[in-house]
Amino acid sequence: MKAIVTVIGKDTKGIIAKVSNFLFERDINIEDISQTIMQDFFSMVMMVNIVDIKTPFSVIAKECDNLGKELGLEIRIQSEDIFNAMHRI
Amino acid sequence: MININEVLETNKMIRSQHLDVRTITMGISLLDCIGSTISETKQLVKEKILKKAEKLVAVGEELSAELGIPIVNKRISVTPISLITARTGGSVEIAKVLDECAEILGVDFIGGYSALVHKGMTEYEKEFIKTIPEALSVTKKVCSSVNIGSTKAGINMDAVKMMGEIIKETAYLTKDNGSIGCAKLVVFANAVEDNPFMAGAFHGVGEADVVINVGVSGPGVVKAALENVKSKDLTVVAETIKNVAYKITRVGQLVAKMASERLNANFGIVDLSLAPTPVMGDSVAHILEEIGLESVGAYGTTACLALLNDAVKKGGIMASSHVGGLSGAFIPVSEDIGMINAVKNGKLCLEKLEAMTAICSVGLDMIAIPGSTDKDVISAIIADEAAIGVVNNKTTAVRIIPVHGKDEGEVDFGGLLGTAPIMKINTSSPNEFISRGGRIPAPVWANKN
Repeated sequence: MKAIVTVIGKDTKGIIAKVSNFLFERDINIEDISQTIMQDFFSMVMMVNIVDIKTPFSVIAKECDNLGKELGLEIRIQSEDIFNAMHRI
Repeated sequence: MININEVLETNKMIRSQHLDVRTITMGISLLDCIGSTISETKQLVKEKILKKAEKLVAVGEELSAELGIPIVNKRISVTPISLITARTGGSVEIAKVLDECAEILGVDFIGGYSALVHKGMTEYEKEFIKTIPEALSVTKKVCSSVNIGSTKAGINMDAVKMMGEIIKETAYLTKDNGSIGCAKLVVFANAVEDNPFMAGAFHGVGEADVVINVGVSGPGVVKAALENVKSKDLTVVAETIKNVAYKITRVGQLVAKMASERLNANFGIVDLSLAPTPVMGDSVAHILEEIGLESVGAYGTTACLALLNDAVKKGGIMASSHVGGLSGAFIPVSEDIGMINAVKNGKLCLEKLEAMTAICSVGLDMIAIPGSTDKDVISAIIADEAAIGVVNNKTTAVRIIPVHGKDEGEVDFGGLLGTAPIMKINTSSPNEFISRGGRIPAPVWANKN
């Protein structure tokens, strides 16, 4: 079961480490990472596998949101379905 | 493999361009809830709605969290209540039961306090229609509709005459609340059975037992896409809208599919309607202005809307396995900041709105008019709108609010219903025409067999 984690914000030290750790703690495996810097804004997209999660997805989604607020970033986790639906026929 | 630009594009649509799922509407058949007494019917109706829609709000919230997109409204539509209470009467009591169910389940509206009288009215249907003002004044979340004409049947002018009176009475009974009852009452021609939007939603008799219909919305997304093609020709404009409409509708398709699976219901349709909200950046009028009009209401509005509506349909149809509902651009005056401003500035009049409904949108929607407007004038506005729908084989509707006690200024309904400036109307009397009653025959091209 795949999901997409998006991280957007001002580039600061340790973003990748903190987010990876958050995911590791929740048994979420990172399968692919893409990142880009657009006009000072750091954007990272991770393809992750949530097959082993122990808590409900909506709880993890909320925790992601909170982590983002803590770090001054926008962090979201979404099912990959919405991106597949929109960008693939 | 999804790439980063696609992810960022989708999320930009959601975060800053107001892409959202406007509604997940569960249609529930009440045909098996017809009891031999009104008490029995009340109980059966309540049990069925509470059972079938028990998880509707929870699933909506679950999907919203998983997909990362707001699912703004969860709603219910039911079999037209005039069919359910034909034997026992007591329809206002059923309205209260519907309201109670909506409250318990946490949905924001429940539609279907409706009658289908396009060809003629039974004695009971006349009685039922007379209960509409009361039903709307004693409930909060119940929505009502009456279908007074169709391309096959022509226009039932007896019903049209009644509806002018009914709208006035509804305005009067809810006068302490800006005549808000009228914002929950729609008069249709060619009503559809699977509309997920309120106030006109009802669950048609041709439908399965429990059905999920979804409306997605993204006027903001369309406008943003057009900002990238300034001064390009209209073919490019049409293509841009079409491509964006495809992407928007794909979200609706996905949500409808996932919701129907999780709620044990049939997948119904995706409604392609571009539905605005009063929030800045979520306006259909602003799309028309982006295409190149100084203000919505200027000459050119009808043509631009024709282009927009058609492009939305072409993109949306490819995106969805079943398209239905109204699937036309909405131009509700109180729910679109661009429309509100154009009316206030005198750039948009009722006649232009009527022309727009002829070419491609659903009707005269959320129009506030002076409270002193004569009931026959209201009936005549309905007749005009019905004629447009019946002759052009499309759905048209009137949701008009004669604000009791106010002849100018504006009325604030709050929430999604927005604020409506009171529009000037032509007060010449159609009284003799309306008094005649009877039926306007179906147009010649209704005979297609």
